[in-house]
Amino acid sequence: MLPVLVGVIPFAMIYAVLALDAGLTPGQSQAMSAIVFAGSAQIVMTQLVRLDTPGLVIILTVGIINLRHVLYSASMAPYLQPLKRGWKWLLAYLLTDEAYVVTAVYYQNSEPVYSESRAGQGGAPAGEAGNDIRYWFLFGAGFSLWLSWQLSTAAGIFLGAVLPTSWSLDFTLALTFIALVVPNLRDRASVAAALAAGLIAVLAFNLPYKLGLMIAMLAGIGLGLWVEGRE
Amino acid sequence: MSVWLVFLFSGLITYAIRLSFIVLVDHKRMAPWLRRALRFIPPAVLTAIIFPELLLRDGALFVSHENARLLAGLLAALVAWRTRSALLTIAVGMLALWLIQWLL
Repeated sequence: MLPVLVGVIPFAMIYAVLALDAGLTPGQSQAMSAIVFAGSAQIVMTQLVRLDTPGLVIILTVGIINLRHVLYSASMAPYLQPLKRGWKWLLAYLLTDEAYVVTAVYYQNSEPVYSESRAGQGGAPAGEAGNDIRYWFLFGAGFSLWLSWQLSTAAGIFLGAVLPTSWSLDFTLALTFIALVVPNLRDRASVAAALAAGLIAVLAFNLPYKLGLMIAMLAGIGLGLWVEGRE
Repeated sequence: MSVWLVFLFSGLITYAIRLSFIVLVDHKRMAPWLRRALRFIPPAVLTAIIFPELLLRDGALFVSHENARLLAGLLAALVAWRTRSALLTIAVGMLALWLIQWLL
């Protein structure tokens, strides 16, 4: 868990530096970390703000980028099913990439844990799914990541305010994404998806309303599906 | 649309996605095509951002040995491929960019 907590620090700081560079105020930059709370989507948002993208296009682009979270939601759903509504809503807010990955591994490698003191509460006898208290792990992971993300954003805001713009720090956007994408290009279908999205994003860059990015992402996903389907 | 509204709706759409299957009663049903499509989102999204950053300047194609971002980006991709280290990729990429800008 600790490497994951430390690992998000530079990304939050890069986000904050890019947000200030794109013209957002310190307050707005910090608020985005709390409201959206999704690293790559936030970094893309700074780029879209910089390019004066219409709000609706930004919102839809964020939706496409974060669509992968339905997988996390579906994967956690069976474990969280017996919980009260408040817990479900809170844990969903904390369900980021990193929180999901560590929690999924934890659930796979552990047996249900039952609390003695909670036995019988909510009508479920001890030893039944309703009393499995492992959801506290997701809360702990999610909340510590949230705290790390907010504090690192604040640190990045302080840093971004003193770093000179002549350092071309906006380039960390491309570099961060290169670091994320290259190790994951493992098969032909994902390479096809990446290349198609990249090339169309270049060709469609000057489309009105900055729609090019969204079109490129959808075309890449579509081509990836098509190539995978043919194999 | 104000920046705050854009943030609010971007946050709401993200939250709705994370909440989706957790609050649905029938949580086991996900369309098969959607499940297959999800793994292509990261490569498509990330590359759609990277390519214009490296290949365009002021909206026009800029493929040249004088394009410092393209050269530094290619070097960074090589580092990412060989080392799989995010921090090393970013560090080498920034140093390369500064060095190439200084040389040109």
